[in-house]
Amino acid sequence: MKVIGLSGSLRAGSHNAKLLRAAGDLLPPEADLTLYEGLKSIPPFDEDDEHTRPESVQALFDAIARADAVLLATPEYNHSIPGQLKNALDWLSRPLAESPLRNKPAAVVGTSTGLFGAVWAQAEARKVLSAIGARVIDRELPIGLADDAFGEHGGLADEDQALALAGILAELAGEVRPMPVPAAA
Amino acid sequence: MTAIASTPIPAGSTWAVDAVHSTVGFAVKHMVVATFRGQFDRYDATLTAAEDGTLRLTGSVAADSIAVKDENLAAHLSAPDFFDTERFPAITFNSTLVRAENNELIVDGELTLKGTTRPIEARGTITEPAVTFGDVEKIGIELEAIVDRTEYGLSWNAPLPKGGFALANDVKLIVNLELARA
Repeated sequence: MKVIGLSGSLRAGSHNAKLLRAAGDLLPPEADLTLYEGLKSIPPFDEDDEHTRPESVQALFDAIARADAVLLATPEYNHSIPGQLKNALDWLSRPLAESPLRNKPAAVVGTSTGLFGAVWAQAEARKVLSAIGARVIDRELPIGLADDAFGEHGGLADEDQALALAGILAELAGEVRPMPVPAAA
Repeated sequence: MTAIASTPIPAGSTWAVDAVHSTVGFAVKHMVVATFRGQFDRYDATLTAAEDGTLRLTGSVAADSIAVKDENLAAHLSAPDFFDTERFPAITFNSTLVRAENNELIVDGELTLKGTTRPIEARGTITEPAVTFGDVEKIGIELEAIVDRTEYGLSWNAPLPKGGFALANDVKLIVNLELARA
């Protein structure tokens, strides 16, 4: 299973990027998580440009198309997701029928330095991913007090939180496995 | 009197849908005030009358053939929020009892939608056979049934600013079939 990790926080020391790395360390050996590094270079979405995607946007399309699943980690600004993350998702949604997120298994986690662990932003991200047609896991992982949430080796310091993250990854892997499909019409 | 004897379909006959001259669709309340309609472009349906006159109606619909007036809406309807056509490409119906009462056709059966099978009751009409061009015999069947979409896992909704929801749960399935004798 190839998982692409998208961090909604762009800064170098991002806690959400840390959370994605911690998730990568919890994956079984046959799976791997790649942190997508190009989010900052995505230009503002403009319908006039949607048929001639800029290179940075096409790179994101291709990276998601190649992945079996998406793990999104978001901080929270004003009770919602960061603008650049929403901007990237808007690009990815056009045209909707061709979105690489369509039917793609996806999960959302998040961390913030406050108490609430970006819980509202995670709900917003799940809503947006569902609207685009992703196969969104209905679970959240709000990691509050991010400055103290990670141990010296980068994993989540709290065992229960680490278990919850592993549970979300297991559910994500379950969605990647093909399901039996009833006979076609 | 058995109800079956009161339908006009001759025993030992099979009738296949003329998909060009039929429609398979649905109607659902939208924004509380209006009725939104959509249809499916690819489907199949067969009516058979056994030698003892027992009728059986079967049908299947290609879920990804949903036709609405906006391509982005069509894409959303086929996504996991609604029909999830990647995993559940077919919607199927198999009747368990077809009967006529007081000039009304009543069809009990099982509807399988998004992997869930539930009993439904459809009501409508069935015509007598008519001889059409080329001596082809045809009949018409019109049926409606109301299903709660959330019972089949089609549970997307959005709250309205002052209460209520964008989409009703009850959906009317509307089938107008022209069938030719095989």
